[in-house]
Amino acid sequence: MKNRPDYLAHAVLILGVVLFALPVWLVFAGSTQDSDAIMRGDLSLIPNLANLSVYKRVLLDGTMGTEPVWHMLMISLGMALAIACGKIFISILSAYAVVFFRFPFRQVAFWLIFVTLMLPVEVRIIPTYAVMADFGLINTFTGLWVPLIASATATLLFRQIFTAIPDELVEAARIDGAGPLRFLWDIVLPVSRTNIAALFVILFVYGWNQYLWPLLVATNQGLDTIVIGIVKMIGEDTQTDWAAVMATAVLALLPPVLVVVLMQRWFVAGLTEGEK
Amino acid sequence: MDRRTIFNGRLLPVALLLPQLLLTIFFFYWPAGQAVWSSLTTQDAFGQGWVFVGMDNFVDLFTDPLYVASIIRTVFFCLAVSVLAMGVALALAVFADRSIAGRGVYRTLLIWPYAIAPAMSAVLFLFVLNPRVGLLGRWLNDHGIAWDYALNGNQAMLMVVSASAWKQVSYNFIFFLAGLQSIPRAVTEAARMDGAKGWHRFRTITFPLLSPTTFFLLVVNVVYAAFDTFGTIYALTQGGPGQDTQTLVLKVFLDGVINQDIGSSSAQSVVLMVGVIAITAVQFRFMGRKTVS
Repeated sequence: MKNRPDYLAHAVLILGVVLFALPVWLVFAGSTQDSDAIMRGDLSLIPNLANLSVYKRVLLDGTMGTEPVWHMLMISLGMALAIACGKIFISILSAYAVVFFRFPFRQVAFWLIFVTLMLPVEVRIIPTYAVMADFGLINTFTGLWVPLIASATATLLFRQIFTAIPDELVEAARIDGAGPLRFLWDIVLPVSRTNIAALFVILFVYGWNQYLWPLLVATNQGLDTIVIGIVKMIGEDTQTDWAAVMATAVLALLPPVLVVVLMQRWFVAGLTEGEK
Repeated sequence: MDRRTIFNGRLLPVALLLPQLLLTIFFFYWPAGQAVWSSLTTQDAFGQGWVFVGMDNFVDLFTDPLYVASIIRTVFFCLAVSVLAMGVALALAVFADRSIAGRGVYRTLLIWPYAIAPAMSAVLFLFVLNPRVGLLGRWLNDHGIAWDYALNGNQAMLMVVSASAWKQVSYNFIFFLAGLQSIPRAVTEAARMDGAKGWHRFRTITFPLLSPTTFFLLVVNVVYAAFDTFGTIYALTQGGPGQDTQTLVLKVFLDGVINQDIGSSSAQSVVLMVGVIAITAVQFRFMGRKTVS
């Protein structure tokens, strides 16, 4: 049944696309304009490409006494990578132990991990801070990522994937004389690689987007992530350098958006199959 | 489901589990236990030791009109964010599921906002709607509408609801689209042949078939709105003006970290934990094991 284009569908979808793209475009356009003009409310939607040097300026110097933006980006990148890799690493190990071994308290261990689903950071703010202080992790880079890598969801996901590995494959590996660690490395990891890629995207975004946690455990300006930094900038009452703030916002958005767009195929499949 | 083939060994599996278990115990169970403990105690008059006070902190909490107001506000906020974010996402997903030109491009352009941090959505909304530097906020004031969410509580609530929902649309869109794609074409084709028209077909066939996805998303959205929006609200309004956008998580943070009222903040944490457990129980009751395994 060939008929005319579905104008209604295009109209609704274009409206949706604009709803999300417009604020970002506005901020990008603003970043290339004169801060005084922005303060007067004369913001043009056409970027002035001659002023792209503002990006170099914020990257190297920051604005209004903040750290240089490159430094905050590095802290965010380090935190996001450490959280994503750390979560994947320890979740693979624990799921592997639960699926491929039998030992006392196996179910207890599994349930201990599972129940943490119900204890998000937000519900245990104060006591977690006390524990962090006891460990001397306040205002350290380690404190930014280590406590966040315990993961019930990732462990559950890997448990599900490993359980689906056919028994014949395990049997064949054993006949070939492969031990448990060799089997993990040579068979289990390669067959799970698309799931790992999908999970990496989700966890990278999760790590990059943290706000409450760094706010809580790192008051030292040298440990500001880019998200913490940009919120500090917009909260500044005497803020005058709006072009620089807008440029910083664009730089803060870019890395996680790139990761999602470039790895979209794995990411969407992983998200909807594993659910979260 | 258990495997037939397993490896032998006791030490290795324990060593493999250890990192995860240690982190879980130190950073989840210990603090959670301490929250429960401090919620049942109070510091004595000299600040020297702890006195067991039973339910006193909770009684104080639930007789405090500000806390009760915060509960009601949080429920309203969660529902508003969920309905808005899911409604918009469903509409977009229904049209993106049609076979139209450029649907791959539309999808990518609707999926990328997944990457936006809750705090970043606040920053973007500020640049659009701030009464002084925001393009739209300024326009409103120039056209006789007194728009300033730093002063007007309703406008502040509108701001934090919109910014929070805006960020969550793409997540919902991904799941609704996957849900729509899993509905067999034969079913919708049969309805079409029976003469069911667009809206009627959606209401009687498609939407009921989507209900597992809708229910799953409702739970996820409520949890998102209750907890993950801290960054959005804190960056936009810090819970203000007054307490007009102070949700329960904001209040735990402000009472505990800023005002150092440990007893009350711990009791609030325990209330939130009970809330999460209740939501998780509902999720299990209605969705079975599918959500976790």
